[in-house]
Amino acid sequence: MSVDTATVKKVASLARIAISDGDAERLVPELNNILGWIEQLGEVDTSSVQPMTAVIPNTLRLRDDVVNDGDMRDDVLANAPAGEHGFFTVPKVIE
Amino acid sequence: MSDVTNLGVAALRDGIRSGEFSAKEVADAFIVKVSAAKQLNAFIVETPEHALAAAREADAARAAGEVLKPLAGVPIGMKDLFCTKGVQTTAASHMLEGFKPVYESTVSQKLWDAGAGMLGKLNLDQFAMGSSNETSYFGNVISPWRRRDGGNAPLAPGGSSGGSSAAISARLVPAATGTDTGGSIRQPAAFTGISGIKPTYGRCSRWGVVAFASSLDQAGPMARDVRDCAIMLEAMAGFDAKDATSLKLDVPKWEQGLSGDLRGKKIGIPKEYRVDGMPSEIEALWQQGIDWLKDAGAEIVEVSLPHTQYALPAYYIIAPAEASSNLARYDGVRYGQRELPDGANLQDMYAATRAAGFGPEVQRRILIGTYVLSAGFYDAYYTQAQKVRTLIARDFERAWLDCDLLLTPTAPSAAFALGEKSADPLAMYLNDVFTVPSSLAGIPAMSVPGGLDKAGLPLGLQIIGKPLDEQGVLNAGLAIEQRAGFTARPEQWW
Repeated sequence: MSVDTATVKKVASLARIAISDGDAERLVPELNNILGWIEQLGEVDTSSVQPMTAVIPNTLRLRDDVVNDGDMRDDVLANAPAGEHGFFTVPKVIE
Repeated sequence: MSDVTNLGVAALRDGIRSGEFSAKEVADAFIVKVSAAKQLNAFIVETPEHALAAAREADAARAAGEVLKPLAGVPIGMKDLFCTKGVQTTAASHMLEGFKPVYESTVSQKLWDAGAGMLGKLNLDQFAMGSSNETSYFGNVISPWRRRDGGNAPLAPGGSSGGSSAAISARLVPAATGTDTGGSIRQPAAFTGISGIKPTYGRCSRWGVVAFASSLDQAGPMARDVRDCAIMLEAMAGFDAKDATSLKLDVPKWEQGLSGDLRGKKIGIPKEYRVDGMPSEIEALWQQGIDWLKDAGAEIVEVSLPHTQYALPAYYIIAPAEASSNLARYDGVRYGQRELPDGANLQDMYAATRAAGFGPEVQRRILIGTYVLSAGFYDAYYTQAQKVRTLIARDFERAWLDCDLLLTPTAPSAAFALGEKSADPLAMYLNDVFTVPSSLAGIPAMSVPGGLDKAGLPLGLQIIGKPLDEQGVLNAGLAIEQRAGFTARPEQWW
Protein backbone atom coordinates (compact mmCIF):
# COMPACT_ATOMS: atom_id res chain seq x y z
CA MET A 1 0.00 0.00 0.00
CA SER A 2 1.24 3.48 -0.68
CA VAL A 3 0.02 6.98 -0.07
CA ASP A 4 -0.47 9.92 -2.44
CA THR A 5 -0.69 13.63 -1.69
CA ALA A 6 -4.44 13.48 -1.10
CA THR A 7 -4.04 10.63 1.40
CA VAL A 8 -1.28 12.47 3.26
CA LYS A 9 -3.53 15.52 3.52
CA LYS A 10 -6.41 13.39 4.77
CA VAL A 11 -4.21 11.68 7.37
CA ALA A 12 -2.81 15.03 8.49
CA SER A 13 -6.33 16.31 8.87
CA LEU A 14 -7.29 13.25 10.95
CA ALA A 15 -4.18 13.89 13.08
CA ARG A 16 -5.08 17.60 13.37
CA ILE A 17 -1.76 18.77 11.99
CA ALA A 18 -1.85 21.68 9.54
CA ILE A 19 0.38 20.96 6.55
CA SER A 20 1.03 22.94 3.40
CA ASP A 21 0.79 21.47 -0.11
CA GLY A 22 4.59 21.50 -0.21
CA ASP A 23 4.81 19.57 3.07
CA ALA A 24 2.33 17.02 1.79
CA GLU A 25 4.35 16.46 -1.39
CA ARG A 26 7.59 16.13 0.57
CA LEU A 27 5.98 13.64 2.95
CA VAL A 28 4.67 11.32 0.21
CA PRO A 29 8.01 9.65 -0.63
CA GLU A 30 9.13 9.77 3.03
CA LEU A 31 6.06 7.96 4.27
CA ASN A 32 6.03 5.54 1.32
CA ASN A 33 9.61 4.62 2.06
CA ILE A 34 8.67 3.72 5.64
CA LEU A 35 5.37 2.06 4.71
CA GLY A 36 7.07 0.02 1.99
CA TRP A 37 9.53 -1.26 4.54
CA ILE A 38 6.94 -2.23 7.18
CA GLU A 39 4.97 -4.02 4.48
CA GLN A 40 7.28 -7.04 4.95
CA LEU A 41 5.23 -7.98 8.02
CA GLY A 42 2.65 -9.31 5.58
CA GLU A 43 4.98 -12.29 4.89
CA VAL A 44 4.56 -13.64 8.40
CA ASP A 45 1.92 -16.34 8.81
CA THR A 46 -0.12 -15.20 11.78
CA SER A 47 -3.29 -17.15 11.02
CA SER A 48 -3.14 -19.03 14.33
CA VAL A 49 -1.72 -16.23 16.48
CA GLN A 50 -3.52 -13.93 18.90
CA PRO A 51 -2.45 -10.27 18.90
CA MET A 52 -0.37 -9.28 21.93
CA THR A 53 -2.36 -7.53 24.62
CA ALA A 54 0.07 -7.47 27.54
CA VAL A 55 3.79 -8.26 27.58
CA ILE A 56 3.84 -9.30 31.22
CA PRO A 57 0.82 -11.19 32.52
CA ASN A 58 -1.02 -8.79 34.79
CA THR A 59 -4.60 -8.39 35.90
CA LEU A 60 -6.39 -5.10 36.12
CA ARG A 61 -6.75 -4.15 39.73
CA LEU A 62 -9.93 -2.87 41.29
CA ARG A 63 -9.90 -0.22 43.95
CA ASP A 64 -12.56 0.96 46.34
CA ASP A 65 -15.14 3.12 44.60
CA VAL A 66 -14.33 6.28 46.50
CA VAL A 67 -13.18 9.74 45.49
CA ASN A 68 -9.43 9.92 46.10
CA ASP A 69 -8.51 12.88 43.94
CA GLY A 70 -9.85 16.26 42.92
CA ASP A 71 -10.40 19.70 44.40
CA MET A 72 -7.45 21.13 42.48
CA ARG A 73 -9.02 23.44 39.93
CA ASP A 74 -6.25 25.99 40.06
CA ASP A 75 -3.59 23.30 39.61
CA VAL A 76 -5.45 21.89 36.62
CA LEU A 77 -5.61 25.33 35.03
CA ALA A 78 -2.09 26.38 35.99
CA ASN A 79 -0.52 25.51 32.63
CA ALA A 80 -3.44 26.41 30.37
CA PRO A 81 -2.51 28.78 27.53
CA ALA A 82 -5.77 30.65 28.22
CA GLY A 83 -8.30 30.43 31.01
CA GLU A 84 -10.98 32.61 32.55
CA HIS A 85 -13.27 32.34 35.57
CA GLY A 86 -11.97 28.86 36.38
CA PHE A 87 -12.45 27.47 32.87
CA PHE A 88 -10.25 26.68 29.89
CA THR A 89 -10.99 29.11 27.10
CA VAL A 90 -11.01 28.29 23.40
CA PRO A 91 -12.08 30.12 20.23
CA LYS A 92 -15.82 30.36 19.72
CA VAL A 93 -17.18 26.94 18.71
CA ILE A 94 -20.84 27.78 18.05
CA GLU A 95 -21.66 30.74 15.82
CA MET B 1 40.48 16.01 48.43
CA SER B 2 40.51 14.28 45.06
CA ASP B 3 37.93 15.27 42.47
CA VAL B 4 34.64 13.79 43.67
CA THR B 5 33.14 14.09 40.18
CA ASN B 6 35.24 11.06 39.21
CA LEU B 7 33.26 8.96 41.68
CA GLY B 8 30.17 6.94 40.96
CA VAL B 9 26.94 6.60 42.93
CA ALA B 10 28.19 3.91 45.35
CA ALA B 11 31.42 5.77 46.15
CA LEU B 12 29.61 9.08 46.65
CA ARG B 13 26.98 7.47 48.86
CA ASP B 14 29.61 5.69 50.95
CA GLY B 15 31.88 8.75 51.16
CA ILE B 16 29.04 10.97 52.35
CA ARG B 17 28.00 8.32 54.89
CA SER B 18 31.51 7.95 56.28
CA GLY B 19 32.13 11.70 56.31
CA GLU B 20 35.05 11.50 53.90
CA PHE B 21 33.43 14.49 52.20
CA SER B 22 30.20 16.38 52.72
CA ALA B 23 27.18 16.22 50.45
CA LYS B 24 27.56 19.97 49.99
CA GLU B 25 31.08 19.49 48.61
CA VAL B 26 29.76 16.85 46.22
CA ALA B 27 26.87 19.01 45.01
CA ASP B 28 29.13 22.04 44.56
CA ALA B 29 31.67 20.06 42.52
CA PHE B 30 29.06 18.67 40.13
CA ILE B 31 27.26 22.01 39.81
CA VAL B 32 30.53 23.58 38.61
CA LYS B 33 31.02 20.79 36.07
CA VAL B 34 27.47 21.12 34.77
CA SER B 35 27.65 24.87 34.31
CA ALA B 36 31.03 24.60 32.55
CA ALA B 37 29.79 22.07 29.99
CA LYS B 38 27.31 24.18 28.04
CA GLN B 39 28.95 23.17 24.74
CA LEU B 40 27.64 19.63 25.16
CA ASN B 41 24.08 20.97 25.43
CA ALA B 42 23.20 18.01 27.67
CA PHE B 43 20.90 20.03 29.94
CA ILE B 44 17.73 21.90 29.05
CA VAL B 45 17.39 23.31 32.57
CA GLU B 46 19.95 23.37 35.39
CA THR B 47 18.63 23.06 38.93
CA PRO B 48 21.58 23.63 41.29
CA GLU B 49 19.25 24.71 44.11
CA HIS B 50 17.53 21.29 44.02
CA ALA B 51 20.86 19.45 44.35
CA LEU B 52 21.99 21.79 47.14
CA ALA B 53 18.76 21.32 49.09
CA ALA B 54 19.22 17.53 49.00
CA ALA B 55 22.85 18.00 50.06
CA ARG B 56 21.87 20.18 53.01
CA GLU B 57 19.37 17.60 54.13
CA ALA B 58 21.96 14.80 53.90
CA ASP B 59 24.60 16.78 55.80
CA ALA B 60 22.09 17.76 58.49
CA ALA B 61 20.94 14.16 58.87
CA ARG B 62 24.52 13.01 59.27
CA ALA B 63 25.29 15.77 61.77
CA ALA B 64 22.24 14.68 63.77
CA GLY B 65 23.49 11.10 63.80
CA GLU B 66 20.55 9.80 61.77
CA VAL B 67 20.70 6.79 59.46
CA LEU B 68 21.18 8.23 55.98
CA LYS B 69 18.76 7.46 53.16
CA PRO B 70 19.92 5.10 50.38
CA LEU B 71 20.97 7.93 48.03
CA ALA B 72 21.44 10.71 50.58
CA GLY B 73 23.23 13.63 49.01
CA VAL B 74 23.87 11.94 45.65
CA PRO B 75 23.15 14.44 42.85
CA ILE B 76 21.75 13.02 39.62
CA GLY B 77 20.44 14.12 36.23
CA MET B 78 16.76 13.75 35.31
CA LYS B 79 15.76 13.08 31.71
CA ASP B 80 13.39 15.88 30.71
CA LEU B 81 10.63 13.37 30.08
CA PHE B 82 9.87 13.01 33.82
CA CYS B 83 7.48 15.57 35.26
CA THR B 84 9.18 17.51 38.04
CA LYS B 85 7.04 19.74 40.21
CA GLY B 86 7.63 23.41 39.49
CA VAL B 87 10.53 22.69 37.11
CA GLN B 88 9.99 23.04 33.37
CA THR B 89 9.32 19.68 31.70
CA THR B 90 9.44 19.79 27.90
CA ALA B 91 10.10 16.32 26.42
CA ALA B 92 12.52 18.45 24.35
CA SER B 93 9.57 19.85 22.42
CA HIS B 94 8.39 23.34 21.61
CA MET B 95 4.91 22.07 22.43
CA LEU B 96 5.72 21.82 26.13
CA GLU B 97 8.11 24.75 26.35
CA GLY B 98 7.37 26.55 29.60
CA PHE B 99 5.27 23.70 31.00
CA LYS B 100 5.79 23.50 34.75
CA PRO B 101 4.08 20.41 36.15
CA VAL B 102 2.13 20.83 39.35
CA TYR B 103 3.01 17.28 40.31
CA GLU B 104 6.04 15.00 40.47
CA SER B 105 6.47 11.76 38.50
CA THR B 106 6.51 8.63 40.66
CA VAL B 107 10.04 7.67 39.61
CA SER B 108 11.53 11.10 40.33
CA GLN B 109 9.64 11.29 43.64
CA LYS B 110 11.09 7.93 44.64
CA LEU B 111 14.59 9.20 43.91
CA TRP B 112 14.02 12.34 45.99
CA ASP B 113 12.53 10.20 48.78
CA ALA B 114 15.75 8.16 48.66
CA GLY B 115 17.71 11.37 49.30
CA ALA B 116 18.98 12.13 45.79
CA GLY B 117 19.14 15.69 44.45
CA MET B 118 18.65 16.97 40.91
CA LEU B 119 21.37 18.78 38.95
CA GLY B 120 19.04 19.51 36.06
CA LYS B 121 16.73 18.28 33.34
CA LEU B 122 18.52 16.43 30.57
CA ASN B 123 18.05 16.94 26.85
CA LEU B 124 16.64 14.13 24.70
CA ASP B 125 15.12 13.40 21.33
CA GLN B 126 11.80 15.19 21.05
CA PHE B 127 9.12 13.12 22.83
CA ALA B 128 11.86 10.44 23.03
CA MET B 129 11.54 9.80 19.28
CA GLY B 130 15.00 9.37 17.85
CA SER B 131 18.27 7.50 18.11
CA SER B 132 20.75 10.38 17.90
CA ASN B 133 19.37 13.26 19.93
CA GLU B 134 18.99 15.31 16.75
CA THR B 135 15.24 15.83 17.06
CA SER B 136 15.32 17.99 20.22
CA TYR B 137 13.77 21.44 19.89
CA PHE B 138 16.55 22.64 22.17
CA GLY B 139 19.37 21.61 19.86
CA ASN B 140 21.58 18.56 19.45
CA VAL B 141 23.42 17.08 22.38
CA ILE B 142 27.09 16.66 21.43
CA SER B 143 28.78 13.49 22.62
CA PRO B 144 31.87 14.15 24.74
CA TRP B 145 33.58 11.41 22.69
CA ARG B 146 35.53 12.18 19.54
CA ARG B 147 37.04 9.94 16.91
CA ARG B 148 40.79 9.54 17.02
CA ASP B 149 41.10 10.88 13.49
CA GLY B 150 41.70 14.46 14.57
CA GLY B 151 38.63 15.56 12.60
CA ASN B 152 36.66 16.50 15.72
CA ALA B 153 33.38 15.76 13.97
CA PRO B 154 30.61 16.19 16.54
CA LEU B 155 29.22 12.73 17.33
CA ALA B 156 25.78 11.58 18.39
CA PRO B 157 25.47 10.61 22.06
CA GLY B 158 22.73 8.18 21.01
CA GLY B 159 19.08 8.59 21.70
CA SER B 160 16.68 9.19 22.92
CA SER B 161 18.38 9.45 26.34
CA GLY B 162 21.31 11.37 24.79
CA GLY B 163 21.53 14.12 27.39
CA SER B 164 21.73 11.44 30.06
CA SER B 165 24.47 9.47 28.29
CA ALA B 166 26.52 12.56 27.42
CA ALA B 167 26.30 13.98 30.95
CA ILE B 168 27.34 10.70 32.60
CA SER B 169 30.25 9.99 30.27
CA ALA B 170 31.46 13.60 30.62
CA ARG B 171 31.34 13.18 34.42
CA LEU B 172 28.77 15.97 34.80
CA VAL B 173 26.50 13.64 36.79
CA PRO B 174 27.28 10.28 38.39
CA ALA B 175 23.98 8.80 37.19
CA ALA B 176 20.78 9.79 35.45
CA THR B 177 17.34 8.51 34.65
CA GLY B 178 16.56 7.29 31.18
CA THR B 179 13.53 5.87 29.45
CA ASP B 180 13.56 3.09 26.90
CA THR B 181 10.83 2.47 24.32
CA GLY B 182 12.90 0.68 21.68
CA GLY B 183 16.45 1.07 22.97
CA SER B 184 16.61 4.62 24.28
CA ILE B 185 18.60 3.67 27.40
CA ARG B 186 20.80 0.94 25.93
CA GLN B 187 21.91 2.46 22.61
CA PRO B 188 23.04 5.81 24.12
CA ALA B 189 24.79 3.90 26.92
CA ALA B 190 26.66 1.87 24.29
CA PHE B 191 27.59 4.98 22.28
CA THR B 192 29.14 6.71 25.29
CA GLY B 193 30.84 3.88 27.19
CA ILE B 194 28.47 3.71 30.14
CA SER B 195 25.96 1.19 31.52
CA GLY B 196 22.19 1.31 31.45
CA ILE B 197 19.36 -1.09 32.17
CA LYS B 198 15.80 -1.25 30.94
CA PRO B 199 13.97 -3.30 33.56
CA THR B 200 10.99 -5.57 32.95
CA TYR B 201 7.96 -3.64 31.68
CA GLY B 202 5.98 -2.62 34.76
CA ARG B 203 8.90 -2.45 37.23
CA CYS B 204 9.07 1.35 37.14
CA SER B 205 5.91 3.42 37.22
CA ARG B 206 5.08 5.38 34.06
CA TRP B 207 3.02 7.88 36.06
CA GLY B 208 4.22 11.39 35.33
CA VAL B 209 6.48 10.29 32.46
CA VAL B 210 5.55 12.05 29.22
CA ALA B 211 4.05 9.20 27.19
CA PHE B 212 5.44 8.03 23.85
CA ALA B 213 4.28 4.41 23.31
CA SER B 214 2.67 3.21 26.50
CA SER B 215 2.97 -0.55 25.95
CA LEU B 216 6.72 -0.16 25.48
CA ASP B 217 7.81 2.85 27.59
CA GLN B 218 9.88 1.86 30.60
CA ALA B 219 12.12 3.96 32.82
CA GLY B 220 15.53 2.79 33.95
CA PRO B 221 18.85 4.06 35.23
CA MET B 222 22.04 4.97 33.40
CA ALA B 223 25.36 5.18 35.24
CA ARG B 224 29.02 4.41 34.85
CA ASP B 225 28.93 0.88 36.20
CA VAL B 226 26.65 -2.02 36.94
CA ARG B 227 26.58 -1.53 40.72
CA ASP B 228 25.45 2.08 40.31
CA CYS B 229 22.69 0.94 37.95
CA ALA B 230 21.55 -1.59 40.57
CA ILE B 231 21.47 1.06 43.30
CA MET B 232 19.55 3.51 41.13
CA LEU B 233 17.07 0.90 39.90
CA GLU B 234 16.27 -0.13 43.48
CA ALA B 235 15.32 3.47 44.21
CA MET B 236 13.31 3.93 40.99
CA ALA B 237 11.33 0.66 40.86
CA GLY B 238 8.28 -0.39 42.82
CA PHE B 239 4.52 -0.73 42.67
CA ASP B 240 2.45 2.35 41.96
CA ALA B 241 -1.33 2.28 42.07
CA LYS B 242 -1.41 5.26 39.70
CA ASP B 243 -0.02 3.18 36.79
CA ALA B 244 -2.42 0.40 35.74
CA THR B 245 0.48 -1.62 34.27
CA SER B 246 2.70 -1.32 37.35
CA LEU B 247 3.69 -4.72 38.73
CA LYS B 248 2.67 -5.37 42.32
CA LEU B 249 5.93 -6.95 43.40
CA ASP B 250 8.54 -6.21 46.02
CA VAL B 251 11.71 -4.55 44.78
CA PRO B 252 14.56 -7.08 45.03
CA LYS B 253 17.83 -6.05 46.70
CA TRP B 254 19.71 -6.00 43.44
CA GLU B 255 22.87 -4.38 44.75
CA GLN B 256 23.18 -6.94 47.55
CA GLY B 257 22.58 -9.75 45.07
CA LEU B 258 25.35 -8.72 42.68
CA SER B 259 27.74 -11.51 41.74
CA GLY B 260 29.93 -11.94 38.70
CA ASP B 261 30.07 -15.71 39.24
CA LEU B 262 28.05 -17.22 36.40
CA ARG B 263 28.69 -20.92 37.12
CA GLY B 264 25.57 -22.90 36.30
CA LYS B 265 24.22 -20.19 33.98
CA LYS B 266 23.55 -20.80 30.32
CA ILE B 267 24.02 -17.89 27.95
CA GLY B 268 22.26 -18.03 24.60
CA ILE B 269 23.77 -16.53 21.47
CA PRO B 270 20.95 -15.74 19.05
CA LYS B 271 22.16 -16.52 15.55
CA GLU B 272 19.70 -14.10 13.92
CA TYR B 273 21.56 -11.18 15.49
CA ARG B 274 24.45 -11.72 13.07
CA VAL B 275 23.13 -9.16 10.61
CA ASP B 276 24.53 -8.41 7.17
CA GLY B 277 27.02 -5.60 7.06
CA MET B 278 27.80 -5.64 10.77
CA PRO B 279 31.28 -4.19 11.30
CA SER B 280 33.91 -6.86 12.06
CA GLU B 281 34.83 -4.99 15.23
CA ILE B 282 31.32 -5.54 16.60
CA GLU B 283 31.55 -9.19 15.63
CA ALA B 284 34.91 -9.44 17.41
CA LEU B 285 33.59 -7.72 20.52
CA TRP B 286 30.65 -10.10 20.61
CA GLN B 287 33.08 -13.06 20.52
CA GLN B 288 35.12 -11.39 23.24
CA GLY B 289 31.97 -11.08 25.34
CA ILE B 290 31.28 -14.79 24.84
CA ASP B 291 34.80 -15.58 26.07
CA TRP B 292 34.39 -13.32 29.10
CA LEU B 293 31.13 -15.02 30.09
CA LYS B 294 32.73 -18.46 29.65
CA ASP B 295 35.56 -17.29 31.88
CA ALA B 296 32.93 -16.28 34.46
CA GLY B 297 31.72 -19.89 34.48
CA ALA B 298 28.77 -19.69 32.11
CA GLU B 299 27.95 -22.26 29.46
CA ILE B 300 27.39 -20.86 25.97
CA VAL B 301 24.62 -22.23 23.74
CA GLU B 302 23.44 -21.16 20.31
CA VAL B 303 19.75 -20.28 20.18
CA SER B 304 17.35 -19.14 17.49
CA LEU B 305 14.92 -16.22 17.62
CA PRO B 306 13.39 -16.75 14.18
CA HIS B 307 11.18 -13.65 14.04
CA THR B 308 13.96 -11.17 14.88
CA GLN B 309 13.95 -9.56 11.43
CA TYR B 310 10.30 -8.61 11.85
CA ALA B 311 10.78 -6.85 15.18
CA LEU B 312 11.76 -3.46 13.73
CA PRO B 313 8.91 -3.18 11.23
CA ALA B 314 6.46 -4.31 13.93
CA TYR B 315 7.90 -1.72 16.28
CA TYR B 316 7.56 1.03 13.68
CA ILE B 317 3.86 0.27 13.44
CA ILE B 318 3.10 -0.21 17.14
CA ALA B 319 5.16 2.70 18.52
CA PRO B 320 3.85 5.36 16.08
CA ALA B 321 0.30 4.01 16.49
CA GLU B 322 0.47 4.42 20.25
CA ALA B 323 2.24 7.76 19.87
CA SER B 324 -0.44 9.13 17.56
CA SER B 325 -3.00 8.29 20.20
CA ASN B 326 -0.97 9.50 23.19
CA LEU B 327 0.04 12.77 21.56
CA ALA B 328 -3.58 13.61 20.71
CA ARG B 329 -3.63 15.28 24.14
CA TYR B 330 -1.57 18.23 22.87
CA ASP B 331 -4.38 20.41 21.68
CA GLY B 332 -3.36 23.88 22.81
CA VAL B 333 -6.14 23.94 25.41
CA ARG B 334 -5.02 22.39 28.68
CA TYR B 335 -1.27 22.90 28.69
CA GLY B 336 1.60 23.66 26.36
CA GLN B 337 1.77 25.95 23.38
CA ARG B 338 -1.21 27.40 21.55
CA GLU B 339 -1.17 28.79 18.03
CA LEU B 340 -4.23 30.86 17.24
CA PRO B 341 -4.08 32.36 13.75
CA ASP B 342 -6.37 35.37 13.13
CA GLY B 343 -9.93 34.26 12.67
CA ALA B 344 -9.12 30.65 13.47
CA ASN B 345 -11.84 28.35 14.78
CA LEU B 346 -11.26 25.55 17.28
CA GLN B 347 -10.25 22.96 14.66
CA ASP B 348 -7.86 25.44 13.01
CA MET B 349 -6.34 26.13 16.40
CA TYR B 350 -5.69 22.43 17.03
CA ALA B 351 -4.06 21.98 13.63
CA ALA B 352 -1.97 25.14 13.83
CA THR B 353 -0.87 24.37 17.39
CA ARG B 354 0.21 20.86 16.50
CA ALA B 355 1.98 21.98 13.32
CA ALA B 356 3.98 24.57 15.28
CA GLY B 357 4.52 22.54 18.45
CA PHE B 358 5.75 19.21 17.03
CA GLY B 359 9.06 18.79 15.21
CA PRO B 360 9.34 16.95 11.87
CA GLU B 361 10.13 13.49 13.29
CA VAL B 362 7.25 13.68 15.77
CA GLN B 363 4.87 14.76 13.00
CA ARG B 364 6.14 11.95 10.78
CA ARG B 365 5.45 9.36 13.47
CA ILE B 366 2.02 10.78 14.29
CA LEU B 367 1.11 10.60 10.59
CA ILE B 368 2.36 7.01 10.26
CA GLY B 369 0.48 6.07 13.42
CA THR B 370 -2.69 7.78 12.28
CA TYR B 371 -2.46 6.03 8.90
CA VAL B 372 -1.90 2.52 10.26
CA LEU B 373 -4.81 2.93 12.69
CA SER B 374 -7.17 4.43 10.13
CA ALA B 375 -10.27 2.64 8.86
CA GLY B 376 -9.43 -0.09 6.37
CA PHE B 377 -5.77 -0.40 7.36
CA TYR B 378 -6.03 -1.24 11.05
CA ASP B 379 -6.02 -5.03 10.64
CA ALA B 380 -3.41 -5.14 7.91
CA TYR B 381 -0.97 -3.05 9.90
CA TYR B 382 -1.72 -2.74 13.59
CA THR B 383 -3.35 -6.11 14.30
CA GLN B 384 -0.73 -7.88 12.18
CA ALA B 385 2.06 -6.08 14.08
CA GLN B 386 0.58 -7.09 17.44
CA LYS B 387 0.39 -10.71 16.21
CA VAL B 388 4.02 -10.57 15.13
CA ARG B 389 4.79 -9.15 18.56
CA THR B 390 3.25 -12.28 20.07
CA LEU B 391 5.55 -14.39 17.89
CA ILE B 392 8.59 -12.34 18.96
CA ALA B 393 7.69 -12.81 22.63
CA ARG B 394 7.19 -16.53 21.95
CA ASP B 395 10.68 -16.72 20.38
CA PHE B 396 12.14 -15.50 23.67
CA GLU B 397 9.98 -17.89 25.73
CA ARG B 398 11.29 -20.82 23.64
CA ALA B 399 14.87 -19.59 24.03
CA TRP B 400 14.44 -19.63 27.82
CA LEU B 401 13.97 -23.41 27.61
CA ASP B 402 17.62 -23.63 26.55
CA CYS B 403 19.29 -20.71 28.31
CA ASP B 404 19.00 -18.19 31.16
CA LEU B 405 20.25 -15.05 29.44
CA LEU B 406 21.15 -13.82 25.96
CA LEU B 407 24.26 -11.95 24.87
CA THR B 408 24.22 -9.69 21.81
CA PRO B 409 25.83 -6.47 20.66
CA THR B 410 23.84 -3.40 21.77
CA ALA B 411 23.98 -1.50 18.47
CA PRO B 412 25.14 -2.38 14.96
CA SER B 413 27.75 0.40 14.95
CA ALA B 414 29.69 2.78 17.17
CA ALA B 415 28.45 6.36 17.52
CA PHE B 416 27.89 8.06 14.17
CA ALA B 417 28.46 11.73 13.42
CA LEU B 418 25.63 14.20 13.84
CA GLY B 419 23.92 14.66 10.48
CA GLU B 420 25.20 11.36 9.12
CA LYS B 421 21.86 9.55 9.32
CA SER B 422 19.37 12.32 9.97
CA ALA B 423 18.39 12.69 6.31
CA ASP B 424 17.17 9.10 6.13
CA PRO B 425 14.63 8.12 8.79
CA LEU B 426 14.89 4.43 7.86
CA ALA B 427 18.67 4.30 8.31
CA MET B 428 18.16 5.86 11.73
CA TYR B 429 15.45 3.35 12.66
CA LEU B 430 17.75 0.43 11.76
CA ASN B 431 20.10 1.47 14.57
CA ASP B 432 17.62 -0.05 17.02
CA VAL B 433 17.75 -3.52 15.43
CA PHE B 434 19.23 -5.29 18.50
CA THR B 435 17.35 -3.40 21.20
CA VAL B 436 13.79 -3.40 19.83
CA PRO B 437 12.96 -7.15 20.14
CA SER B 438 13.39 -7.17 23.94
CA SER B 439 11.33 -3.97 24.17
CA LEU B 440 8.50 -5.63 22.25
CA ALA B 441 8.68 -8.59 24.64
CA GLY B 442 8.83 -6.37 27.75
CA ILE B 443 11.86 -8.19 29.15
CA PRO B 444 14.87 -6.72 31.00
CA ALA B 445 17.97 -5.83 29.02
CA MET B 446 21.12 -3.90 29.74
CA SER B 447 24.09 -2.47 27.90
CA VAL B 448 27.59 -2.50 29.36
CA PRO B 449 30.75 -1.13 27.74
CA GLY B 450 32.92 -3.79 26.14
CA GLY B 451 35.76 -1.90 24.51
CA LEU B 452 36.74 0.69 21.93
CA ASP B 453 36.71 0.45 18.15
CA LYS B 454 39.73 1.49 16.10
CA ALA B 455 38.51 5.08 15.99
CA GLY B 456 38.59 5.07 19.79
CA LEU B 457 34.82 5.00 20.27
CA PRO B 458 33.02 2.82 22.83
CA LEU B 459 31.10 -0.31 21.85
CA GLY B 460 28.49 -1.94 24.06
CA LEU B 461 27.36 -5.48 24.77
CA GLN B 462 23.75 -6.24 25.57
CA ILE B 463 22.46 -8.82 28.04
CA ILE B 464 18.80 -9.79 27.76
CA GLY B 465 17.04 -11.69 30.53
CA LYS B 466 13.82 -13.46 31.44
CA PRO B 467 10.91 -11.41 32.73
CA LEU B 468 11.73 -10.08 36.23
CA ASP B 469 15.29 -11.44 36.14
CA GLU B 470 17.04 -8.08 36.42
CA GLN B 471 19.40 -9.76 38.87
CA GLY B 472 20.60 -12.22 36.26
CA VAL B 473 21.05 -9.42 33.74
CA LEU B 474 22.97 -7.25 36.21
CA ASN B 475 25.17 -10.18 37.24
CA ALA B 476 26.13 -11.04 33.68
CA GLY B 477 26.76 -7.32 33.11
CA LEU B 478 29.02 -7.33 36.14
CA ALA B 479 30.91 -10.38 34.89
CA ILE B 480 31.62 -8.56 31.62
CA GLU B 481 32.51 -5.33 33.42
CA GLN B 482 35.02 -7.15 35.65
CA ARG B 483 36.75 -8.65 32.62
CA ALA B 484 36.48 -5.78 30.14
CA GLY B 485 38.30 -3.42 32.50
CA PHE B 486 36.77 -0.51 30.59
CA THR B 487 38.38 2.66 31.93
CA ALA B 488 38.46 4.77 28.76
CA ARG B 489 36.89 8.20 29.07
CA PRO B 490 36.53 11.09 26.69
CA GLU B 491 39.28 13.67 26.80
CA GLN B 492 37.86 16.96 28.02
CA TRP B 493 37.50 19.49 25.18
CA TRP B 494 34.35 21.32 26.33
